Amino acid sequence: MQRFSGLSLLRRGLGGQRGWQPQWRHPDPKPAYDALIIGGGGHGLGTAYYLASEHRLTNVAVLEKGWIGGGNTGRNTTIIRSNYLFPESAALYDHAVKLWEGLSQVLNYNVMFSQRGVLMLAHTVHDVQVAKRHVHANRAAGVDNEWLTPPEARAFCPLLNIGDIRYPVRGAALQRRGGTARHDAVAWGYARAADALGVDIIENCEVTGIRRNTVGAVEAVETTRGTIRAPRVGVAAAGHTSVILKMADVELPLESYPLQALVSEPVKPVFPCVVMSNTIHAYISQSDKGELVIGAGTDAYTSYTQRGGPHITSHALEAICELFPMFRRMRMLRCWGGIVDVTPDRSPIIGKTGVPGLYVNCGWGTGGFKATPGSAHVFAWTIARDEPHPLNAPFTLERFRDGNLIDEAAAAAVAH
Amino acid sequence: MLLIDCPYCGERPEPEFVYGGQAHVARPRVPAEVSAEEWAHYLYLRDNSRGVHAERWRHTHGCGRFFNALRDTSSDQFLATYKVGEAPPSPAPGSPP
Repeated sequence: MQRFSGLSLLRRGLGGQRGWQPQWRHPDPKPAYDALIIGGGGHGLGTAYYLASEHRLTNVAVLEKGWIGGGNTGRNTTIIRSNYLFPESAALYDHAVKLWEGLSQVLNYNVMFSQRGVLMLAHTVHDVQVAKRHVHANRAAGVDNEWLTPPEARAFCPLLNIGDIRYPVRGAALQRRGGTARHDAVAWGYARAADALGVDIIENCEVTGIRRNTVGAVEAVETTRGTIRAPRVGVAAAGHTSVILKMADVELPLESYPLQALVSEPVKPVFPCVVMSNTIHAYISQSDKGELVIGAGTDAYTSYTQRGGPHITSHALEAICELFPMFRRMRMLRCWGGIVDVTPDRSPIIGKTGVPGLYVNCGWGTGGFKATPGSAHVFAWTIARDEPHPLNAPFTLERFRDGNLIDEAAAAAVAH
Repeated sequence: MLLIDCPYCGERPEPEFVYGGQAHVARPRVPAEVSAEEWAHYLYLRDNSRGVHAERWRHTHGCGRFFNALRDTSSDQFLATYKVGEAPPSPAPGSPP
């Protein structure tokens, strides 16, 4: 791997940018590996990287049906935060935030992690009570979160209209360690670092079947590029997890919904932080390219189409225009949808499946990007040791049978 | 935006409707007699297939009635809508598109 440094950039810059090598190889699949990861998004690539770097499992391949980072990793609004209500969730998401803080150095790849602060607005008495409860629970769990009055919220985000609107801003919870990262760079950085450790990244390779041996354990994966044998298979396929696991006769409590996002035309830096409103359902930040990145809610119905209804995005834009009147004349450049796998309690499932050798990391719903490094780190541990890391031990599939839900759905009262 | 053919009112735009999840999910008759697995299956496990999906809709801002629909989740195209109590027309739910 060619390491990036000031000196290497200068040297190749002076040499007319010649001599750069591809960031990762494009190998043909080998007949067998020690472990396979299905899904070449941030979670899958990160899992392969941590398998190689922390568990010395380098004979690993990542199978991606399209191109890496072309699924939800490249479709989300890149918000990173860890201010979840329950101790299990706060610990898992804060593990991710701590890994984000050092990720560019660890990967030698700039993921542009920017801790610009995430402001979550409260518009009703109920919102205020819920947000303050989150603030206190987070502080007790060692996660930063603070309560701002409406004038303090406007001081933090001067564009915010706290006054004369249908749902006035009654306060906000601020997580200063939260922020954004460059989504593509996360996929590329993990791919490059995993490749350098010997991991094969196999694109345009769709999984069509999972083969099990006589005792029911995973034996091989059938793909559009041939059969690949492996005793351990980890699935990180986001919205398509149900489809993949059906091939091994595993049913999961997941429903796949379209989630839409959109960006505006690029403008000069105007927006200093991330603002989220669960109640009127809008999320906004500004990318380093200058586009306003806006997230909407999920569509009402399950779907695999990667598109949704325009009334969902216009609803989000109406909320944005109320909160930030100066954006009323902005033009939107692109909108798109991704398919998110939602669990009944809106918490992920990370662990074993009941089929020996088959592991699953799914159910991140509408908010998986923020967890990418933490999710990948504990999933690699689970695959390498055949037992969950202490942080993902509560996030089992069995919790639905046993009634041990981690009910962030009820805590947030919306998808989040 | 979907155009949904309510069996009582005809084609109407999606915002008039509320989605009601997978259709034909039967509640166990005596919940105390089923195992934890069966109860979890009833509460949480849904079809979520890529293909033909049988689902409930309610025409909230119209006749107010529930009905069922077959929709292809890989294209969002409605194949049929039918009244509660009627058997799903072919193609059968769960079949490929």
